[in-house]
Amino acid sequence: MKLIRNHTGKGKTARRVVSFAAIATSVALIATGCAGGGDTGGDGGGGGEAGAGGDMSITFIPKQLNNPYTDVVLGGGEEGAEEAGFAATEVVGPLEASASSQVSFINAETQAGTNVIVIAANDPDAVGPALEEARAAGAKIVAFDSDTNPKYRDVFISQVVAKDVALIQVQLIAEQIGGAGEIAILSATANATNQNEWIKFMEEELESNPEYADINLVAKVYGDDDDTKSFQEAQGLMQAYPNLKGIISPTTVGIAAAARYLSTSEYKGKVALTGLGLPNEMRPFVKDGTVTEFALWDPAQLGYVAAFAGKALADGDITGEEGDTFEAGELGEREVGENGIVIVGPPTQFNADNIDDYDF
Amino acid sequence: MTQTPATQNPAGTTPAGATSTGSQPPSPRPTNTRNAGRSVGSFLKLRELPVTAALIVLVVVTYAANPLFLGPQGIKDLLLNATIIIILAVGQALVIITRNVDLSVGSMLGLVAFGTGTLFQVMPDIPIIAAFGVGMLFGAALGAVNGLLVTVAKVPALVITLGTLYIYRGLNNAWAGGTQYFADDRPAAFGSLSVDTVLGFPLITLIAILVVIAVALYMMGTRPGRDLYAIGSDPDAARLFGIPIGRRVFLVFLANGVLAGLAGVLYASRFNSVGANTGLGMELDVVAAAVVGGVAIFGGSGTVVGAAIGAVLLTTITSALTALRVDKFWQQAIVGVLILAAIIIDRLASIRTARKLRLSEARDV
Amino acid sequence: MSDTLTTAPAPTPDTSKTIAAVPKGRTGAARILLGRDAIMIYVLIAFVVYASIAIPRFASPVTVGFLLLDVIPVLLIALPMTLVIITGEIDLSVASIAGLTSALMGVLWAAGWDIGVVLLVSLLAGVVAGAFNGFLVAVVGLPSLAVTIGTLALFRGLALVVIGDNAVANFPPELTSFVTSKIGGTGIPTVMIGVVILAVFFGVLLHMTPFGRGLYALGFSREAATFVGITVNRAKFWLYVGTGSVSALAGIYWTLRYSSARSDNASGLELTVIAAVLLGGVSIFGGKGSIPGVIAGVLLIGTINYALRLGRISDVVLIIVTGSLLIASVVAPSVFDALKRWQHDRRVRRSLPQAALGTQPTP
Repeated sequence: MKLIRNHTGKGKTARRVVSFAAIATSVALIATGCAGGGDTGGDGGGGGEAGAGGDMSITFIPKQLNNPYTDVVLGGGEEGAEEAGFAATEVVGPLEASASSQVSFINAETQAGTNVIVIAANDPDAVGPALEEARAAGAKIVAFDSDTNPKYRDVFISQVVAKDVALIQVQLIAEQIGGAGEIAILSATANATNQNEWIKFMEEELESNPEYADINLVAKVYGDDDDTKSFQEAQGLMQAYPNLKGIISPTTVGIAAAARYLSTSEYKGKVALTGLGLPNEMRPFVKDGTVTEFALWDPAQLGYVAAFAGKALADGDITGEEGDTFEAGELGEREVGENGIVIVGPPTQFNADNIDDYDF
Repeated sequence: MTQTPATQNPAGTTPAGATSTGSQPPSPRPTNTRNAGRSVGSFLKLRELPVTAALIVLVVVTYAANPLFLGPQGIKDLLLNATIIIILAVGQALVIITRNVDLSVGSMLGLVAFGTGTLFQVMPDIPIIAAFGVGMLFGAALGAVNGLLVTVAKVPALVITLGTLYIYRGLNNAWAGGTQYFADDRPAAFGSLSVDTVLGFPLITLIAILVVIAVALYMMGTRPGRDLYAIGSDPDAARLFGIPIGRRVFLVFLANGVLAGLAGVLYASRFNSVGANTGLGMELDVVAAAVVGGVAIFGGSGTVVGAAIGAVLLTTITSALTALRVDKFWQQAIVGVLILAAIIIDRLASIRTARKLRLSEARDV
Repeated sequence: MSDTLTTAPAPTPDTSKTIAAVPKGRTGAARILLGRDAIMIYVLIAFVVYASIAIPRFASPVTVGFLLLDVIPVLLIALPMTLVIITGEIDLSVASIAGLTSALMGVLWAAGWDIGVVLLVSLLAGVVAGAFNGFLVAVVGLPSLAVTIGTLALFRGLALVVIGDNAVANFPPELTSFVTSKIGGTGIPTVMIGVVILAVFFGVLLHMTPFGRGLYALGFSREAATFVGITVNRAKFWLYVGTGSVSALAGIYWTLRYSSARSDNASGLELTVIAAVLLGGVSIFGGKGSIPGVIAGVLLIGTINYALRLGRISDVVLIIVTGSLLIASVVAPSVFDALKRWQHDRRVRRSLPQAALGTQPTP
């Protein structure tokens, strides 16, 4: 068994030669890049060039690919993009929803010179610097579903008025538990912007509204939008708070997991469950009585309006100022509200009567 | 003085209490105490003792703080939660005992779970047993790939299964895309499998326990099972002894694949949705369960029963923390501490055994 | 009595060429230019050339900038990881140390501490974490795979305990923009200077110092290393301190680059690092590998990553490619070795005297 081989002089020189060759090649590559950068720098830098001929491109970056809710939104988005007149539509995104995973996709779009980037941020600030670089390269930024820090985007397309979403869920749970009792909230991740906003409004409503004086919010747990985790959090809630009368879960993964748990446990029918859910996913639980009524909106409209907003920004029709208006295709005119927020429409409530009418 | 043959011990030591007179039979009580002492001693040295003790302590403490923890629903939940990890941990223990590791179990489970969902979509009337069969065959194929690469290419399992972890996950994503199968998409009978109880005991947990018993008997009782320990302890000696290492290791990976397939089918029955990211990240939990359960990472020792108990312990911690209303953030840190404790205990035990072997050898010389 | 039958004079076996007991390795220039590292570098160059041609906008300083920014954490951690794997150990807790560092940075900064102190404390945390690993592996003598699985969970858990589900984002803009700034017009990030210094340090340490060469011996056998003069336990301890500190650096870089301190930062990074290191030619058994090869491996994975993203090809393809590359990179040498051995055996058999005579050896 040979240990360390004594290098002959020849070997040593050859090794040095190759090391230098490798370094030289790297330097040469970089130099080529710089030299080439002079010619292609225009492409990499100027997103506005492509706009001149009416060849606009739009890219959607959702929180995570392979998510059924996101897929419906993106379907609407692609349809809207085509109607709005974009020449190229792309959907890119990470396979796992983590804060920094979207950054490299944003960078790729910057380099590709995309005109409009539509993003649902996993973390409101982590994507900031990358979005600023994209803007510097001429792209317009539309946030949807989950907002970024307002200074990083031009407009934010919100599915519904955040407060309305919160109010409706509180109202539903109050009806279902008979106006009094302990309730808990099963949310997604602890710093998802939209979740926290809704929870804040819910808490405010519970405090201030005298009708809900007998309702007590005892816990907030987080299922991280993971099926198993949400399932176990629901279990934990029932054990830690045996007197729990109702659960609000403003996330489609959470409400489905909680429904699955409740419907197979002794708590079925005794504990109310409501929140935001997908009709296709919730149908069996509405049919078997675990869930009476829940809410959502049409996710496809969200993507649709986002596409049109992007086109309006790219065309220069609006700048994201309060009061700007634009046409959102079939859905009519939409106005930019305070803080650059555009509302899509009112929420829909689903129950046993109408759940079969929807397919998403 | 004649010495009765019964009292003549070939090792040179005579059992205490046995007299060398042939006339009087040795008094039974001291021998029994000695035997009892030896059994207690060997019981205390059981590899599975620390993890079982930890589990019992945890359950008792949590029950004292929150009696609902062991209510009928609570127990059912505990058992159901642990089922899938138990099955995976049994397979992983087999692999680790032979001085390998299989990091691709999470991806295998995901593929089989999604495959089961697709199966019910395509053939809704397929009998449930057949679905299990298809799932386990699928898992076997995936495990066989691992086994082939490890034995034929003679490459360390860590690297191979790291690669297949990526490849199988990629295949899962490519196959599933954004499709997810929900509770509605599978036959009600299949979904209720994970709810049905037999005498109050969840059905799928019974399946898991049967698996544990079957594999444990195989490991303890059969020649190939004992060979696995030899392969893990000293592969060179095992080869010289004539054990067909290649074949055994291949079969171990195959078995692990079958068990991952079984776990995948059960996952599809129990949980709400199966899709592209099912099973992501499960592998480290499974290896942790095996290590905590007393399976030495270098192979050669540990039992599948220990791994199963380790799996139960780890899943119980999550539920216990929620029942105790302890910040769930402590859970992962606690798991880390447990793993380190298990390794340290294992190390202390092996040092003690090594010292005793040395001393006994010295005495014989 | 001699045999009266005359036979044709037996052809004398050719003993002018000696056959070695094992296949002869390559020597000199051939060894370097055709060695494993060199092949990695060729593959890297080939892929860069291909990507520049096939994917539009790839060949530009923008690519260099973004690519390197993405690759830096992996590159940083891969350097000490190479040394650790060469000694036959492994460290799976590096990503958790980076995450813990990030969480600490967030909490301390949000509590109002001075940024300089925050950076120092975070770095120190990484050193302590590495020392903990080193103590358990080198002094107590526990198997490193199991220990680092345990500390992987422990440190990530501590990160969760420290910062919970919160995220801290308002780091000083001068720092965050410095981290993403580039040198002049070349597109190379400024922090690459520090990374290059570290790479040179580890390269020199491994390849040109007696300590480094002793690490190869350690990978083959403890006793050999002791005879060469390495204090085994001390060496391993300091190596783990090394991975801990560099992981802390990676965590600091990560936090500042994304301007976001979260408990799940750098999650899963350890597998990427190990895949890149193994791809770069380091043997998981220990005793083989080099820094240039590892750098080439990291850059290769990073370039493929970036090129696929730029080409809007799904990450799914990327994952499958990474996994297949990894398996191919370890299976191929095995296959080649088997082939060489088979060829060698054939040569030996052909040159045996019995073969020359055309007769079988008498039993």
